[in-house]
Amino acid sequence: MGALPEPETAIEWLETMTSIRRFEERAGEMYARAKIGGFLHLSIGEEATIVGSTRALRESDYLVSTYRSHGYALARGTEPERVMAELFGRAGGCCGGHGGSMHMFDMKRRFMGGYGIVGGNLPIATGIALSSDYAETDEVTLCTFGDGASNQGTFGETLNLAALWRLPVVFVVINNQFGMGTSLERHSAVTDLQRKGESLGVPGTRCDGMDVLDTYAVVAEAVERVREDRRPMLVEAVTYRFRGHSVADPEEYRSKEEVAHWRERDPIPAFGALLEGEGILDAEGREALDWEAVARVDAAVQFAEDSPFPAAESLYEDVYVLDQHARGAYH
Amino acid sequence: MAELRYREALNAALREELARDERVMLMGEDIGVFGGAFKVTAGLLEEFGERRIRDTPISENTIVGIGVGAAMSGLRPVVELMTVNFALLAFDQIVNSAAHVRYMFGGQVTVPLVIRMPQGAGHQLGPTHSHCLEAMFLHVPGLLVAVPATPADAKGLLKTAIRDENPVIFIEHESLYGIRGEVPDGEDTTVDFGHARIARAGSDVTIVGVSRMALTAERAAETLAREHGVEAEVIDPRTLRPLDLSTILASVKKTNRCVVVEEGWPHGGVGANLAALIGEHAFDDLDAPIARVSGADVPMPYSKPLEDIAFPHEPQIVRAALASLGRSPATSGSRSADAGATARSSSRGADTGAVRTAAAPERD
Repeated sequence: MGALPEPETAIEWLETMTSIRRFEERAGEMYARAKIGGFLHLSIGEEATIVGSTRALRESDYLVSTYRSHGYALARGTEPERVMAELFGRAGGCCGGHGGSMHMFDMKRRFMGGYGIVGGNLPIATGIALSSDYAETDEVTLCTFGDGASNQGTFGETLNLAALWRLPVVFVVINNQFGMGTSLERHSAVTDLQRKGESLGVPGTRCDGMDVLDTYAVVAEAVERVREDRRPMLVEAVTYRFRGHSVADPEEYRSKEEVAHWRERDPIPAFGALLEGEGILDAEGREALDWEAVARVDAAVQFAEDSPFPAAESLYEDVYVLDQHARGAYH
Repeated sequence: MAELRYREALNAALREELARDERVMLMGEDIGVFGGAFKVTAGLLEEFGERRIRDTPISENTIVGIGVGAAMSGLRPVVELMTVNFALLAFDQIVNSAAHVRYMFGGQVTVPLVIRMPQGAGHQLGPTHSHCLEAMFLHVPGLLVAVPATPADAKGLLKTAIRDENPVIFIEHESLYGIRGEVPDGEDTTVDFGHARIARAGSDVTIVGVSRMALTAERAAETLAREHGVEAEVIDPRTLRPLDLSTILASVKKTNRCVVVEEGWPHGGVGANLAALIGEHAFDDLDAPIARVSGADVPMPYSKPLEDIAFPHEPQIVRAALASLGRSPATSGSRSADAGATARSSSRGADTGAVRTAAAPERD
């Protein structure tokens, strides 16, 4: 386990984890009420992994996530109103309703996107790291992906190239035990995922993704090593999603007992209790923090409800940048 | 003006843009030490160094994906893929990422990325190195597609592609790398996208030729004039997205007849697309059905005689043009009887409209 940070930092971590949890729970409800369409991949259970890893970054660092993207946008500071409005498919969404659940993006905060293709985000993150390297800045890019993505061709291709070119990218494999509905031991010959980069020149390490302090400690060390040494690293965050792969998942591939076992390690009450035990936050303070998160989600839902659907004219917006060179018939 | 080979014109465009803009950098298999599989990038590593001219591992999908990420964050990468068939390994990044991230992220990001690749038959490289797949890229909104046929356009269009804010699929032709042509000097000799080149003026029939077929069509037009007294207008669209449809329509309005020539496959091809657009916009101007001449509907064979008949040559274009004028080569006096169905046109009762195609074994 990592060391406790300053009290106000610790409280902010708990707040962010709680905000993500309350946001995701409400998103699930809104999906059930058909306010949200398509797929909805919730990160309930993975909040410590999200907050511990993103808090290891500077504002100038880049973050790239998978299609389970809401929590990363929220952790990076994107307003919950704009994330919820995107889920509702509204004009006020962070991508104007063009992206949806799997494709959150916030350029201003250097959250460079959620990506819907498993493994497709690894080369993109590495290209961003190439830009940082090219410009000789000390920025680092953190790229998350699931255990399932470690079997994609892009995993081997990208880790090799990032190591070969010494690019400042931290690969965080979120081992939530399942590639959709196929368990780790049924999809990967090597289940010790931190070792999967070794033959590609990328050293690995592991953190307890259910523990925000350990996640932060391990990822922060990796980030600073990468920043310093200009070489990629792989971090395996061992975690568990309490809900299905997506909201539409009947979860027939795992037992209720297994889920209950992992729920005992729920990272939010665990971290809250720790802060209470350390005298950083009393029971009342924990309660207030939770109510605040709920209130913010209420506001996010209200904003999304009030935001109009995108105008029909926006259908063709942002397919191309139109300028003097590229004119003519586009559609 | 200087006379350059097509590959030298491309090289000049890359060199000038690298010198002009520090954000431009090149990535690809064997582009550095080796100088490029077709020597397009020869000398650039020596001139610009390892930071800007990067040899990559053989990892097409990742090379393109890195190009997308780099383009999203401030660089203007030019990625070389060794042949168009290898681009299929990168189709995920080309379609799901390069073409779509701007749209799916609500316009917050641009992807000023150029992906260069050669296509085309003629070197006996068989079914995995010789196809013409521009139609696959043309299909995808978000991409621009350039298909230069001359050294001047190779240079001018590549410079435009590099300066453009959109992802550009830049399709060169393997059989054109060695051809020579006059190329304008100077840094700003760009060629705008969406402006067709009228390669030859004429009033009897419009022939639209794509990529190398623009040159084959020009030669066919000379034969038509010399041997048949037919003045064909040859149009090279130069870019398929954006498409300069108005130049094509203006020509059809004048000639009332149109032949579309491509080297790629007939089904869902560039010719099918052009024929549909012309039919939609110029139906009343047409005195004959639009004819298509295309590559054969087969994987590209290795054996020389088979490869030769698997993509169009002048005689097929001549026959298609004459047919659209209601004339046959035999009555025109210079050719033996039609050896095969070269052009598909609904007026030809015998044609099944399905898979028979360009290739007749007869050649000049």
